[in-house]
Amino acid sequence: MKFNRKQLCIPYAVFLLLFVIAPLFVILYYAFTDGEGQFTFENLVSFFSSTNTIGTLVYSFALAITTTLVCLAIAYPTAYILARSGLKKKYALLLLFIMPMWINFTLRITALKEILTAIEGNIAAYPFLNSVIGMTYDFMPFMILPLYTSLQKLDNSLLEAARDLGANKFKVFMRVTLPLSVPGIISGITMVLLPSMTNYVVLDMLYNSTYIMGSLIGSFFNHYDWNNGSMISLILLVIIFIVTLVTNRFSDKDDNGRGAIL
Amino acid sequence: MKKIAPVLWLCIVLCFIYVPILMLAVYSFTDATIVGAGINGFSFKNYINLFANEELRDMIVDTVVLAVVCATIATVLGTLGAIGGFYSKKTGKTLLRAANQIPVVNADIVTGFSICVLLIVLLGVDKETYIPLGVGHVVLCAPFVYLSVLPKLKQMDNNLYEAALDLGATPAQALFKVVLPQLVPGILSGFMLAITLSLDDYFITTYTKPSTFDTISTYVFNATKGGQTEIKTALWALSTVIFLIVIAVVVIMNVTSAKRARRQEKHESI
Repeated sequence: MKFNRKQLCIPYAVFLLLFVIAPLFVILYYAFTDGEGQFTFENLVSFFSSTNTIGTLVYSFALAITTTLVCLAIAYPTAYILARSGLKKKYALLLLFIMPMWINFTLRITALKEILTAIEGNIAAYPFLNSVIGMTYDFMPFMILPLYTSLQKLDNSLLEAARDLGANKFKVFMRVTLPLSVPGIISGITMVLLPSMTNYVVLDMLYNSTYIMGSLIGSFFNHYDWNNGSMISLILLVIIFIVTLVTNRFSDKDDNGRGAIL
Repeated sequence: MKKIAPVLWLCIVLCFIYVPILMLAVYSFTDATIVGAGINGFSFKNYINLFANEELRDMIVDTVVLAVVCATIATVLGTLGAIGGFYSKKTGKTLLRAANQIPVVNADIVTGFSICVLLIVLLGVDKETYIPLGVGHVVLCAPFVYLSVLPKLKQMDNNLYEAALDLGATPAQALFKVVLPQLVPGILSGFMLAITLSLDDYFITTYTKPSTFDTISTYVFNATKGGQTEIKTALWALSTVIFLIVIAVVVIMNVTSAKRARRQEKHESI
């Protein structure tokens, strides 16, 4: 057979087919069958009829949205200052802000837990507040990075033009800088929103109890309940799909989130 | 005067980021078992425990070996995928890109759980063979290798490949001697990214790992459940060691890339 460079992708294509595409169909199958393999809507119905699971879904959304907004509120000014204020060695400074993401997150949360305990005493007394702090602490670098990238790319001549045409500082920011940094904001949101709906390890480590979508999968896994676990995965997949559809309309095509720094 | 507010803001954010890590580092050199307690002199007890305790040592070595092996496989697969995909026809390219994007946007917990259901539950693959774990980590890493190699292919001058063919190279030779060397920076950064993703992973590991195997993430998580203070404070030492390694790697990479940039500048001015 003649060598053709297109054929090089065959191993990877087969790999993706077997271990990325196929598992999704298996999840779909398990979500709509019972333990004996009989087709059923039982798992779907039980998710939406239980106040416990619906409560978890609502709580996850509340926590994820709050975390994302807090991250954005802290990360945007930080990224803006780093990218636009003409500080010397700004790349080295940026590294200082995102370096924690290379330290194992369970160790970082251990550190945070010790500090919070020293400050607050009983962490479990303020579960929502501490969940937001924990998630923000974990995901902040992933928000700063895409914001920095998009603010860094901003064309200075556009800002000058706006100023020359009589816009004051506030107007320049609202009408030029902010709209042009939307791809960075969107990319940052996708990096924080979904993990903070699913990363129950952060909460479990902080105060030994969890109440988000990820923990449902965790507990079904511990009880070998593959069918209900698959249903939760499927619901998460639908949420992820919707978020991706919405964000794809705004995002920067060349951006690859976690990979942007290297 | 004008610059004080922004600098102050950066300092506050840096405090939020580093105070926990640094406090843990300080306390890792003491006998204290709670951060915030009074310090009665320094001690290397935690560091001695970290390296003397077999369980801890095995867990660290396992984490690193897993990351290196899986990142290597992911780098080979992802690089070949990116090259092949780049030269494929439009439909093939789009399909591969879309499939590659699934693990990137998907929550790790769903990726891990779905691989567990397919391999362990449906196909009955034994967890103890490390196959599900390996597959899981390669699924996590390979898409990011693909994404770091692809831009390098786009930047490359396509005429070089044609020139190599015209000069008598076989397609395989042209690919490995002309195309591949130009992709090296992308492949390397993809490999580094794969390592960091694998090292940091918790969810895929939990759902696919053999029962007695632990990585740093799963070990630390389980250790917080147990009440052993000796292990707990040894992990403070581990956190400090990793922090120092990260600083060293960042500094070295920065210095070498600055050197490279300077050499390039010099080269261009001649």
